[in-house]
Amino acid sequence: MTPVRELCEVLDRRRTGAYQALTLVAPRIAEAARPGQFLHLLAGEDRSLPLRRPFSIHRVERPAEGGGSGGSGTVEVVFDVVGAGTLALSRLRPHDLVDVLGPLGRAFAPPGLPAGCVLVGGGYGTAPLSFLAAELLARRCRVDLVIGAATAARLLDPDQAGRLGHSLTVTTDDGSAGRRGLVTDPLPDLLARTGAGRVYACGPMPMLAAVSRVAAAAGVPCQVAVEEQMACGTGICFSCVLPVGGGAGPGPSGTRMVRSCLEGPVFDGTAIAWAELGYPELEPAR
Amino acid sequence: MTAQEVDLTVDLCGIRLTTPVLAASGCFGFGREMAGWVDLAALGGIVTKSVSLEPRRGRPTPRTAETPSGMLNAIGLQNPGVEAFCAGDLRFLAEAGATVVASLVGRSPGEFARLAARLDGEPGVALVELNLSCPNVEHRGEVFAADPAAAAEVVRVVKAATGTPVLAKLTADVTDLVAVARAVVDAGADGLTLINTLLGMAVDVRRRRPRLAAVTGGLSGPAIRPVAVRCVWQVAQALPGVPIVGTGGVVSGADAAEFLLVGATAVAVGTANFINPQAVVEVADGLERYLADAGAASPAELPALFKAER
Repeated sequence: MTPVRELCEVLDRRRTGAYQALTLVAPRIAEAARPGQFLHLLAGEDRSLPLRRPFSIHRVERPAEGGGSGGSGTVEVVFDVVGAGTLALSRLRPHDLVDVLGPLGRAFAPPGLPAGCVLVGGGYGTAPLSFLAAELLARRCRVDLVIGAATAARLLDPDQAGRLGHSLTVTTDDGSAGRRGLVTDPLPDLLARTGAGRVYACGPMPMLAAVSRVAAAAGVPCQVAVEEQMACGTGICFSCVLPVGGGAGPGPSGTRMVRSCLEGPVFDGTAIAWAELGYPELEPAR
Repeated sequence: MTAQEVDLTVDLCGIRLTTPVLAASGCFGFGREMAGWVDLAALGGIVTKSVSLEPRRGRPTPRTAETPSGMLNAIGLQNPGVEAFCAGDLRFLAEAGATVVASLVGRSPGEFARLAARLDGEPGVALVELNLSCPNVEHRGEVFAADPAAAAEVVRVVKAATGTPVLAKLTADVTDLVAVARAVVDAGADGLTLINTLLGMAVDVRRRRPRLAAVTGGLSGPAIRPVAVRCVWQVAQALPGVPIVGTGGVVSGADAAEFLLVGATAVAVGTANFINPQAVVEVADGLERYLADAGAASPAELPALFKAER
């Protein structure tokens, strides 16, 4: 559906570990939103930092499903306070208003038939996996999660993540929680053990490159949600581009620069021209 | 006077626009992207993202950086090339009933002329705008508007190649803008678009690196509006009667009025579209209320209401 602009009331804003969670009353957006899509937020009166801030959708509650607020659907995003813009968002209080564009971008595509799905998240990149896990479970898929972060404090709500699917594996770079190492370390074994038919990932670009590589080597289709720096979110500024392979584009080896706000943020892991971004090429399973 | 009694229609270089508020080049994609957000036919006009003869891939990322009351961009003129533009987005815009100003960019006067000739007679193209001033190019020599003679040469060959009215888009990054404006008007430009982004730079002090991959980029948004208003004022004083499209940081109807009061015929809304996809419509609505409050029946009455002495 066509995205809309909705003036949304803040229902709740709370800390969740190192991050902030913001719940907005957004009936039209909640109705249409799909996992992997994002919202573009503008809050407050100060326009000295003029641009919106994009966030993937963490959770959606719809009144028809017994959720939401007083009969209105709600959407929730998670963010990290990294600058003045997110600092302003972290000061929102219930009943404040936020100008929201959404739902924007292409969603994760669920498997056509029930299948084993492995969901991989890094840092607050874990956020859209909650929404995705709920949809996959409703489609009778098996859901196994791997979440990772630099430290235990940078994991996004591991208690909640443990309730999202059939299993949860946690990794941290420093070993302060779960296995010491990267999310990709347990991945080959998990894919083999669960006979997974799909991998879905969201997080920083090096992680997405590595997950795509592991999935390709195992011959499992993989979709990744990228987080490119963005201005408009509506396809008009051409900031959030990344090289995608195939076709007769003007780039090296025929790649095209595509807008992740329109053609993404979810991409097939094999579509991204990783080598142009400085990562190794994928090596497909033989 | 009520808003209903205001007539927003203006004549720009012989073309009738339903409002004097256009979408600025590079800030509205190729127009098609915005069909879900606004009625494209109801806008004063859509200045497309610049098109070149061959496809251009653009600059590496990051391509944009937010700055105080504005942003820097170094997109690098990414576009599918004129043939794909004509077959795809332009056809869509024409069928949608949009008033199209096709923005052209070339590396030589001859390239501009070939582009203008290719678009001459294409349905839907009301005007062409020559992007003589994009700061995001490989060589400063491609910024034709930095030099009166170079800018005039492009206009001269384009005018010989097309019957469509021609706007020359100039930069404020020059010592004597009036000299450049006079040169392009003498060479046959039907009107001027003032101004392009200003060349700028921002540094990530924590990482001690430029914030843009291209190091420098074009500054836009409300931060540059006073510069743009000054440019329109200076050129309108020096070259009375030359149609000017004022652009730079227009966010509201009052901002548009600022440009029209000092002599612009129309305005183009740029960066505001990135924040509000309905900005062009809302600026036109705000301008209509401004005109009603000012007792002006049309935008053309505003310059006479401006008192240069405080």
